[in-house]
Amino acid sequence: MREPATGGATDVAPAIVTRDLAKRYGRIQALAGLTMTIPRGVVFGFLGPNGAGKTTAVKLLLGLSRPSAGSGEILGQPIGGRESRRRVGYLPELFRYQGWLTAREVLALHCDLAGIDRAAWPREIENALAVVGLTDRGSSRIATFSKGMQQRLGLGVALLGDPELVLLDEPTSALDPVGRHDVREIMRTLRERGVTVFLNSHLLSEVEQVCDRVTVLDHGKVIADGTLAELLRADTVRVQVTDLSHDARVSLSSFGAVDDEGEWLIVRGVDKARVPALVAAIVRAGGNVHAVEPRHESLEDRFLSLLGGGA
Amino acid sequence: MSNILTIARLTVLEMLRRRLFLVLLSLTLLVIAFTSWGFGQITTIGTRPITRVEQVGVVSQLLILVGFMFSFTLAFSAVFAGAPSLSGDVESGTALAILARPVARTEYVLGKWVGVVITILVYAIPTTALQLFMVNLVVQYVPPHPFEFVGFISLEAVVILTLALALSTRLAGMVGGVVALILWGVGWIGGIVGGVGIALNNTTAQHVGTATRLILPTDGMWRGAIWALEPEGVIAATRAAGPALASNPFFAAEPPEALYLAWTVAWIAVGLGAAVWIFTRREV
Repeated sequence: MREPATGGATDVAPAIVTRDLAKRYGRIQALAGLTMTIPRGVVFGFLGPNGAGKTTAVKLLLGLSRPSAGSGEILGQPIGGRESRRRVGYLPELFRYQGWLTAREVLALHCDLAGIDRAAWPREIENALAVVGLTDRGSSRIATFSKGMQQRLGLGVALLGDPELVLLDEPTSALDPVGRHDVREIMRTLRERGVTVFLNSHLLSEVEQVCDRVTVLDHGKVIADGTLAELLRADTVRVQVTDLSHDARVSLSSFGAVDDEGEWLIVRGVDKARVPALVAAIVRAGGNVHAVEPRHESLEDRFLSLLGGGA
Repeated sequence: MSNILTIARLTVLEMLRRRLFLVLLSLTLLVIAFTSWGFGQITTIGTRPITRVEQVGVVSQLLILVGFMFSFTLAFSAVFAGAPSLSGDVESGTALAILARPVARTEYVLGKWVGVVITILVYAIPTTALQLFMVNLVVQYVPPHPFEFVGFISLEAVVILTLALALSTRLAGMVGGVVALILWGVGWIGGIVGGVGIALNNTTAQHVGTATRLILPTDGMWRGAIWALEPEGVIAATRAAGPALASNPFFAAEPPEALYLAWTVAWIAVGLGAAVWIFTRREV
């Protein structure tokens, strides 16, 4: 690198810290006081519905947008300053690269801008092309690339120079299933190397498969935050039951939140040890139990539940 | 500094790869060939052979018209190159990946400006020099101040491209381009109004001319380019004819004052500073 990574306290600083980070566009509050700390070496999932403020938060972190209030640091450096971007890779949601350059030229441009030592450029460029599967198209103009290939290239750009933090904004939106699998593998590899990955994604299954920690954002506010185990800890049991009166069904709420779907009762938040007592209570109330299915709550269930969308 | 050069190199490469430079150069070489042939045909007036004095008079005035074509082409090229330079990158999203690097917005704007200036000057200086060389080759005529001509016309292009780049910090390329060209036209008309004011001894019209030349110094530079091409004999004859010819947009008896040149350079610096200031504060 042209300039070595900053030493001392910043080496042990969290990957990202924000304090009441807010952004207002006129009357619209795009981000309302985001406070979070993302440790080093994790794959962090940043979730939320459309318009929740996810991309706004990413742009604030990278200094592409100016906060209306609050503050933050990236790798120990205040956000907005050029030093905060020195050890960061970024794949934008709107991934567009100069159509009149070849893939190798785009990567060389970013090597230059990232301050990578010129002697290391060939290795960096070929490595990035290989990782994203574009080695045989390295000399093609970007104008001839499909959207998926451009997104792969964008990921390669984000990986140049061994960044300590990689921010990926919807990194698989244009990719086919194979491409999505490849990106998940790349994220896992980055984690093994101690790189922090900030994943902004709509694909809950993707987040569930690779993320260690998750923050859910809605209307610019954090509505849930924690490890996947913490977020999905509530156990759910599905019970197939007949001949159970309405009053008896209501009385089961002492075990947890009950969704009555006719023949199936879904009880959320019931401790695994209390499942036999639940079944016994149903039987005592005159119900006939046909099946009991413990169910692991998916991130999608939890996400929809947090947003008040059912499930 | 290295980031400025990187962005400048990228901008020049864009002009080359998008074939703007190639198209401009090809068409201009055609025009130079055509006009050079035309100058060579000026050998008679009616049926009698033209005298050397008459030939110099006709060629010098036609050369000023060709100079206006260069002024016009350069202004348009500078606008087309400058107006989408920043807004286009922001709209397309290419600016996102670049500005997320340790690149200051100031470096980005300056790099773009340097890149467009280099492209315009690399086009303007050799082609105008070639035009003058060809005229000399065909009719053995060299205007009185050839280097000043190239300098003034290049400075005019730098002024208009700085305006286009500054507009590009906020306006879409097409909008900024239209605004810049209208202002360029208004500046030219303002200069003519000022000349009419001199011809008619109307101080209001003279003030309009002065104001437009201060607000946008493109016409002032164009007048400098005309002066550079104007033979002493023509200037003396026109002066003798009184102030009426001051309204001629293709005549200038004097070069711009040193103070006005300083104002033009300051105008470019302020325009560039404004572009940096605005772009540093905008969201991308």
